[in-house]
Amino acid sequence: MMPHAQKAAIFNKDEARTDWHDASLWMVRNKRDFAVSEIPEWEFLREFASDIKMHTLSKLDDYLESFEKAAIQNGAIVHWAADAKEHNDIVLSILNKHQAKKMVKSKSMLTEECHLNEFLEQHNIEVIDSDLGERIIQMLNEPPSHIVMPAIHLKKEEIGELFHRELHTEKGATDPQYLTEAARHHLREKFHTAQVALTGVNFGIAETGEIVVCTNEGNADMGVHLTPVQIHSMGIEKLIPRRSDLAVFTRLLARSATGQPVTVFTSHHKNPKPAGEMHIILVDNGRTEQLGKPDFRSSLKCIRCGACMNTCPIYRRSGGHSYETTIPGPIGSILTPGIDLKKHGQLPFASTLCGSCTDVCPVKIDIHTQLYKWRQIVSEAGLPEGGNKTMMSIMGSSLASPSFFHRLGNIGRKLLRLFPGKERFLSFTVWTKDRDLPKAPVESFREWYAKQTKDGQ
Amino acid sequence: MKVGLFIPCYMDQFYPQAAIATYKLLVKLGCNVAYPEGQTCCGQPLANAGNEVASRGSYLHFVTMFEKYDYIVAPSGSCVYHVRHHFDTLEQTEAVKKVRAKTLDLTEFLLDVLQISSLPAKYPHKVGLHQSCHGLRGLHLGTSSELVNKPVASKLHELLSMVEGLTLVELDRKDECCGFGGTFSVKEPAISVKMGKDRIRDHFSKGAEVITAGDMSCLMHLEGIISRQNIPIKVIHIAEILNAYEI
Repeated sequence: MMPHAQKAAIFNKDEARTDWHDASLWMVRNKRDFAVSEIPEWEFLREFASDIKMHTLSKLDDYLESFEKAAIQNGAIVHWAADAKEHNDIVLSILNKHQAKKMVKSKSMLTEECHLNEFLEQHNIEVIDSDLGERIIQMLNEPPSHIVMPAIHLKKEEIGELFHRELHTEKGATDPQYLTEAARHHLREKFHTAQVALTGVNFGIAETGEIVVCTNEGNADMGVHLTPVQIHSMGIEKLIPRRSDLAVFTRLLARSATGQPVTVFTSHHKNPKPAGEMHIILVDNGRTEQLGKPDFRSSLKCIRCGACMNTCPIYRRSGGHSYETTIPGPIGSILTPGIDLKKHGQLPFASTLCGSCTDVCPVKIDIHTQLYKWRQIVSEAGLPEGGNKTMMSIMGSSLASPSFFHRLGNIGRKLLRLFPGKERFLSFTVWTKDRDLPKAPVESFREWYAKQTKDGQ
Repeated sequence: MKVGLFIPCYMDQFYPQAAIATYKLLVKLGCNVAYPEGQTCCGQPLANAGNEVASRGSYLHFVTMFEKYDYIVAPSGSCVYHVRHHFDTLEQTEAVKKVRAKTLDLTEFLLDVLQISSLPAKYPHKVGLHQSCHGLRGLHLGTSSELVNKPVASKLHELLSMVEGLTLVELDRKDECCGFGGTFSVKEPAISVKMGKDRIRDHFSKGAEVITAGDMSCLMHLEGIISRQNIPIKVIHIAEILNAYEI
C-alpha cells in the first residue's frame, strides 16, 4: 500500500487540478456555512445530537433488541452480521432464494465497506449502483472518493467522455443536464428489470423498527418500490431511540453535508410491500470493538455527512483515493486504524491537527483529539509511522535536560550561520526541498536575556 | 505578580526578535517578568509524533521550572495548548494543576489578566492575520469559522485594533490551516507546502505587506516558502507589532 504522503504528492503534481478539487469542496463548505448560519440554535442542536448518540451507544444492546423486536412485528426479516463476510453471504442467500440475478443498490457506504459488489459479481449477480455519482464510478471501476459526493474528483468533461463511451451520448458533451438525462434513461431500464433492491440506512429507529433513508435523487425509493424484495444494510451504530429524535438529525445532516436545509427525500421504510419481502441486515464489522475503546467510542456517533472531508485542508488537496479506505478523510482516519492498525496506522498522521473537522462535525466528535490519540497507539505498537522508539526516547531525555538541550540548539544555529549556502547544503532534507530555513541570528534569546540581567536590568 | 516567560525552543534560536518583543512588551506593561534559564521544551513535537511517553520528562521539567510563578506566559498558542490540554497524562498534583491553569498565551494574558484596553503601539502597514489553529480552535482565542456562535472578534483582532496605523486585510479564507503541523511539515511535504502557498496567495492578493500570527511556527513555515519563491511579503510575530512603537 502506497503511503498517503506519496499519493498526495502525486495528486499535487497537477497543481491546477488540485486547486480545482480544493475549490470544489471549499464551495460545499461555504454552502454549509451559509446554511448553518441561518439556524441560531445550531450549536445547541449539535450538542443535543451528540447527547442522543452517546446515550444510544451506551445502551446499544438494549436498543438493538428493541429495534429487532419492532421490526419483526412490522413484518420485516432481521439478520445479524458479525462481519463483512456474513453480511455478503446473507445478501447472496436472499438473492438465491428469489433466484435473482439483478440487484439495484442505492445509498450505501456500508456495502462499499463490505466489498459487496465484487463478491456478488463473482457469483454472477449484476449489481447496479443507481445514484448518479455511484453509477459513474462503478462504470469507471473506481471506489468512491467521498462518502456523499462519490465522483467529486471527476470533471464534467471526463464524465462526458465516459458517457459517450458507455451510454453513447454525443462526443464532447459536458452539459450536466444532458448527461444526467442520459443516465436517467439508462437507469430506468435497470430499475424495471431488477428483482431485488438494496439500500443503506441513515437512521434506524429503535422504538418503531423502521429505517430512514435520506436521498436527493430518490433512487433508493424507486428501487424499493419497483422490486418485490427490499434489503436494507445498516451499521449497528445507526440507531436512534425514538422517531421524535429524528428531526434533530435531519436538521443537521443535509446542512452539514451539502448546505441544503433537508435532503429532497427523507423516506421511512417500515413494512414490506404486499406479497413482498423486507430484510434488514444489522452489521457489526468492527463496530463493537470500537465501542469498547473509551477514547474512540464517540467516533461511532458519525452520521456520515462528509463535512469533515469538505473542511479538511489535507483531504481537499489529496483527494479521497489517497486514503485507500472506504471512508476517507478525518473521520476515516479515526475509524479505520481500529479495523487494521498496520494498514491504516499512517492515516492519523495525515493531519495537521488543525481541529477544523472537530468544529464542523454536527455530532461533535472530537476528531482531532482522536487522531492525536491514535498516533500514540501507532507509536506504542512500534509501527514505522510512529518513529524510531529509541531515537524518540533519546530526544525525550534531551528535552528534559537543559544543558544538553541548549548546547544542541546553539550548535544547530551556529552551523546554519557557518554555511551561507545552507539551502543547497541541506537540500537532502525534506524541509528544504521547497522551503528555505530560517535565517540564523547572531544570538539566541537566551543569550540576549543573559546580557540584560547581567547589566542589572 | 510574578510572570514566568516561556519561549518555544525554535523561537529562542531562530526568532529571538519575537521573544525580545514579548519580553519588552510585558515589562512595558508593568509586569515582573523572568525567563527561567533552565527551561527546555513543552514536549509537543515528540507527543504529536505519537511519542507522548517519551516527552513525559520534558513535561515534568516544565512544571518544575514554572510552578513558582503566578502566570506562565508564552508567545505561542500551540505550546500553551499543549501544556493546558496534553499535560493531562501526568499525575494531577497541585503543581501540575496550577501550571496547567496558569499557562496563558500572550494575547490571553494581555486581555484577560492585564485587561488592557489600549496599547502604545504604532504600525502603519497593511497586515494579514493568520489565525493559528491551536490558538483559535484549541484555546478559543476567537470563534472559528465553523462555529455558529455570536461573532466575537478574536483576541488577536482585538489587540491589533489597538495599534495605530495598522490596516487589516480581509481574507477569502479567514482561518484555514497554514500546513505546518509540526512533523506533518516533513511527513507530508507536498501538501504542507501547497497549503502554505495557498495561504500566502490569499494574503498577498489582498495587498498585505506583512503576515502576522500568534504562533511563530506557522510563520516559519510560511517564511520558508516566501523566501524560496521570492514573494514580496514579510512575516512578523504579533508580539513584534504590539511592541512596535517605543515611547
